[in-house]
Amino acid sequence: MEDILNLRYALDTFYFLVSGALVMWMAAGFAMLEAGLVRAKNTAEILTKNVALFAIASIMYMLMGYGIMYPEGGNGVIPAFDLSFMFGGDNDAGAVLQQDAAGWYDGDYYSGMSDFFFQVVFVATAMSIVSGAVAERMKLWSFLIFAVVMTGFIYPMQGYWKWGGGFLDGLGFQDFAGSGVVHLAGASAALAGVLLLGARKGKYGPDGQIRAIPGANMPMATLGTFILWMGWFGFNGGSELVLSNVGEANAVAAVFVNTNAAAAGGVVAALLTARAIFGKADLTMTLNGALAGLVAITAEPLAPSPVWATAVGMVGGVLVVFAILSLDKLKIDDPVGAISVHGAVGIWGLLAVPFSNSDATFGAQIIGLLVIFGWTFTASFLVWLILKVTVGIRVSEEEEYNGVDLSECGLEAYPEFVGSRGSGI
Amino acid sequence: MKLVSAIIKPFKLDDVREALSEIGVSGITVVEVKGFGRQKGHTELYRGAEYVVDFLPKIRVDVAIAADKLDQVIEAISEAAKTGKIGDGKIFVSSLEQVVRIRTGETGPDAL
Repeated sequence: MEDILNLRYALDTFYFLVSGALVMWMAAGFAMLEAGLVRAKNTAEILTKNVALFAIASIMYMLMGYGIMYPEGGNGVIPAFDLSFMFGGDNDAGAVLQQDAAGWYDGDYYSGMSDFFFQVVFVATAMSIVSGAVAERMKLWSFLIFAVVMTGFIYPMQGYWKWGGGFLDGLGFQDFAGSGVVHLAGASAALAGVLLLGARKGKYGPDGQIRAIPGANMPMATLGTFILWMGWFGFNGGSELVLSNVGEANAVAAVFVNTNAAAAGGVVAALLTARAIFGKADLTMTLNGALAGLVAITAEPLAPSPVWATAVGMVGGVLVVFAILSLDKLKIDDPVGAISVHGAVGIWGLLAVPFSNSDATFGAQIIGLLVIFGWTFTASFLVWLILKVTVGIRVSEEEEYNGVDLSECGLEAYPEFVGSRGSGI
Repeated sequence: MKLVSAIIKPFKLDDVREALSEIGVSGITVVEVKGFGRQKGHTELYRGAEYVVDFLPKIRVDVAIAADKLDQVIEAISEAAKTGKIGDGKIFVSSLEQVVRIRTGETGPDAL
């Protein structure tokens, strides 16, 4: 029996680690997607933001975020601010193996370190949603300061209310892998930032025209989308949290199938919607459609049948196209469609849960999404506002014209023959 | 000596190069340019926003030749670059004052 318990613990721990590694890989996906959808002169800066925010999330969540989100104790609204994780430690093997085998999965059935690892990559995902929406005109260092607060405090608080066992969990709010806790939260922070930041120069004309600012690298945008798609198998699959028995293995397999089905549905729906509205297939809308399908199923990838999961994804794919167009009509400039993909469709994802999961109610889902949006938007808005009036959040008009690569990074993503003195060019 | 600059459609580059080679013109400079004459641009669509691209991709071919070869060169380029459709391009001829081969220092027709 001890062998079996050892094996279960190791397998479930391994599963968390591999799933976490897949979600970490989504950071590369976001980096490529965003770099492909911005202009060449702004590429190095957005890549810097993506690498740095992942590192900041890793550090801040270790220092304080994890303890806020999963504390021992807390009253359901205010967590217990447990700051002990940074000092290390894990379950004692002897104590683990003495646990009762009958109630095994209610005890310590996997490594505490692997729990942190799986969770920290989710924070980074939420934070990277913001970087695309504010691209091409935000000051790099203001963004990074915001990242410190978002990953250390804002995200963990609302994460505690649901996944940490707080009051939203108590109300019966369901969010399997984070349509709300991760995606809507990220989009809410992004929206707050974009409202205070303003649109890119030249995006909206004086007579209300919406001007195209095409991205510089469609292959990278596509590669990024596929990387995110693959990483999502870890994002949703790992959120089942157990693998080591027949029932759970089947559940994880169903989650993988449904996740893929929803993405596929999102692609087809967005492709057809764009074709219907514009008369042509739009690659960027199709890519957003894949992500929309994935976000839509993230709140409940286990309960639906594969055909229903496809349908949920398809609704997401249609919704995202209209959301992108609507935001532009409202003059809310989002270069990559992050607020539409993660916010508008995140809301759909949460509201879709009761259709396939009878433990969920529309009431609890609505309360959950209002709380997550309300908290994250308001707290983010405050932080962005403080940054705006102190150090500023937007680069100058001339810096925006020349490209933030030069003003913020001092280098070019695609340096060309310029005959520069001191360089090997 | 003459400098012949021809603006041609990009996919015609190989045909023009071969035609020039056949009449003994061995040196050539090629640069990618954008432009338009009477050929109109086209409309593109990005995430629902339409925009007009006026400038079309073209190739400019520069050859430096002896004056007595001018008619041959003009004919060769014209034949090779023509499709009969709008946007085929133009040939500009200017007088070339001086030519220098950098490696040897030769000047004038010896440098062509």
